[in-house]
Amino acid sequence: MTYRIHVRVMPRAGLLDPQGQAVEHALNALGFEEAGTVRVGRAIELDLEAGSRDEAEARVRLMCDKLLANPVTEDYLVNVEED
Amino acid sequence: MPRVAVVRFPGSNCDFDTLSAASRYGAEAYFVWHRDTDLRQADIVILPGGFSYGDYLRSGAIARFSPVMQAVQRHAEAGGPLLGICNGFQILCEAQLLPGALMRNAALSFVSKPVDVTVEQTDTAFTCDYEPGARLRLPVAHGEGRYVASPDTLRMLEAEGRVVLRYVAATERSPFQPNPNGSANHIAGVCNAAGNVVGIMPHPERAADRVLGLTGGTGFFTSPVSAFEMRSASGVSAQ
Repeated sequence: MTYRIHVRVMPRAGLLDPQGQAVEHALNALGFEEAGTVRVGRAIELDLEAGSRDEAEARVRLMCDKLLANPVTEDYLVNVEED
Repeated sequence: MPRVAVVRFPGSNCDFDTLSAASRYGAEAYFVWHRDTDLRQADIVILPGGFSYGDYLRSGAIARFSPVMQAVQRHAEAGGPLLGICNGFQILCEAQLLPGALMRNAALSFVSKPVDVTVEQTDTAFTCDYEPGARLRLPVAHGEGRYVASPDTLRMLEAEGRVVLRYVAATERSPFQPNPNGSANHIAGVCNAAGNVVGIMPHPERAADRVLGLTGGTGFFTSPVSAFEMRSASGVSAQ
């Protein structure tokens, strides 16, 4: 079975995210004064062959721990879709 | 004469400066390509600055998986001196040879200027030629140099004396602000527990020749040579 995986990697809450702050300031400057607390992360998509949804998720979590996210500074969310 | 391997990744750009500085101060220095699996009997290994793999994903994240890194890891585990400069420091953190991580500078801008640092730990393979507390003026050039670690890790680093370099204003009239990137505890460099693995954001290879205007970085190249010669004189093998 092929699964389509979406991974969302975000800077860990509580750590300074200067990129998010800069985007927030730019939004405010454009007139979107209602925008607050912007954070900028990364989205990763991949296709994965696996025997089951659980197996797919376990493999992707391993990929996140080893490469896709930095365990010191980032958190991640995994979403598995059947293709 | 000790052998210094300077590891080149696609995107390394301080490789020639580093090779030149190491050669100038009593080492036989040569390049090792990231696809090599053999460090060719290196006594000392240096990962130079640059933008390995275009900083894709995160600085240092891809370089960590280069074939050569297994040999670098073995060299470090055997107690061999290993220095990461700038991107090299980022790679050592990603490879978990050093604790913590280097994040986007707090002020967002790429910082390229001289800074003042103090040598906080001289009991390492790369700082033993400095006086404790020595103040150095070294160039930095990075966009992601903000050192971050968990509160427990920071406490451990401080308690064990593993902060090697710290940003300071050299004098009250120093033209340079301390801490160009927002690093935790003003940290500019750290080492592992044994002191053989050192990572620093400033560039000593750009401050190791009078013609460059700064010479404060020289000790990072003479220290491992001094240590090597002392080991050789006492008849102990290099590793």
